[in-house]
Amino acid sequence: MSGKLKVHVDQDRCQGHARCKSLASELFELDQFGNAHEIGDGTVPAGLEDKAWLAQANCPEIAIEVTEE
Amino acid sequence: MSDHAPVTDWVHDFDHTDPRWTENPFPIWEELRATSPVVHTERFLGCYLPTTFEAVKQIAYDTEHFSSRRVVVRDVRPEPAPAPPITSDPPEHKPAKQLLLPPFTPDAVKKLEPRVRAICNELIDEFIEDKGCDVAGRYAKHIPVRTIAHMLGIPEADSDFFIKWIHEILELGIKDQAILMQAVQEMGEYFAGHIEHRKKHPTDDLISTLMNARDKNGQPLSDVHVLGSLRLLLIAGIDTTWSAIGASLWHLAKTPADRERLVAEPELLPSAIEEFLRAYSPVTMAREVMKETTISGCPVKPGNMLLLSFPAANRDPAVFPDADKVVIDRKQNPHAAFGLGIHRCVGSNLARMEMTVAIEEWLKRIPDFTLDPAGKVTWSEGTVRGPRQLPVLFGKPS
Repeated sequence: MSGKLKVHVDQDRCQGHARCKSLASELFELDQFGNAHEIGDGTVPAGLEDKAWLAQANCPEIAIEVTEE
Repeated sequence: MSDHAPVTDWVHDFDHTDPRWTENPFPIWEELRATSPVVHTERFLGCYLPTTFEAVKQIAYDTEHFSSRRVVVRDVRPEPAPAPPITSDPPEHKPAKQLLLPPFTPDAVKKLEPRVRAICNELIDEFIEDKGCDVAGRYAKHIPVRTIAHMLGIPEADSDFFIKWIHEILELGIKDQAILMQAVQEMGEYFAGHIEHRKKHPTDDLISTLMNARDKNGQPLSDVHVLGSLRLLLIAGIDTTWSAIGASLWHLAKTPADRERLVAEPELLPSAIEEFLRAYSPVTMAREVMKETTISGCPVKPGNMLLLSFPAANRDPAVFPDADKVVIDRKQNPHAAFGLGIHRCVGSNLARMEMTVAIEEWLKRIPDFTLDPAGKVTWSEGTVRGPRQLPVLFGKPS
């Protein structure tokens, strides 16, 4: 557990449940249709790792990828 | 109106309108899930029920074999009455849905929050001095209907009509086609009047938003499309959220530990709301099988309807540990109460906001309440499940 985390929302899977935004608003934003996108390039700032995993675990469409660099 | 014979064999002859299912479906789903991921009944002219999360998900994602043109399982198969986008399949679905999405984003519904908070408090003012009340009939029922009327720009005072039509379409209409058709027609006439009025006097409400929308060719939507979408918003936006608010307060009335914890730790409310949505999901959708296929190893054949039970999926222990326990601080809860795939409920953010505000305001003013031992809790039948009568007493139990 050393590398930085990155999050990414798969646009083919996201259906706009908005769970990620409510659990981790520092990492995700919604577009005009309510579909989610990672903020910036998806790099997870130090201290927000748990929120990234939490958002992933609560997405009903399994649309969130969390990768470790 | 046809009465159904009582069920004696749930595995081969299930009936989601049987009084035992209405009262307590959870042990029935457990029995069915232990038997097969998909079961079938000859009732309703032939109907399947997937019982696992995996099977429900597979069907929700498969728009090739399963159509949404009929989304309620009934004794009869009347001509489908389009209510886009819920009754639309690809490729028509996406453009119809995209028109409706912007007014229902979390930021957009946040603007309605002060009105919802006021509605909740106006309702509580009416009974707070009494010893108790029927939470379903005097509180939960009125919050979504007034909210959606406010959004659509129609009089909140017409709420009783909407509630009547919805009861006729979603409950009585399962077994009685004449009542169903009559209600659809009355609702159509009601909205046609509002549409006509706005042609001369434009407004900035949701009805006008739909009337001003343009399709990809720059053409306005047909009156039939606008009417269908309005019918959808009214039907889908009311007794669903009424049920979710009612079931949440039912749980809190009979579970003092959770009630006291939520009062002491209001920051738990968001996870509690998600857990109420999972454990007491109100909405069962339907699909029509269009082509033969296999779901979780079970063959399904065209000509049959299919009950898409998100509530049963959300009780599947393969996905949710202790699925039958309500855990208000559950950390991992990717439930499907608002559906899965392209038909995810367009109003999910609105429903969550209404539920949150309704529970918050109730607990602020009535932190202690219990089920009235002299009263009886009753549940709605069929497509949407929630308490329709929920008598409680205020104060700590004596």
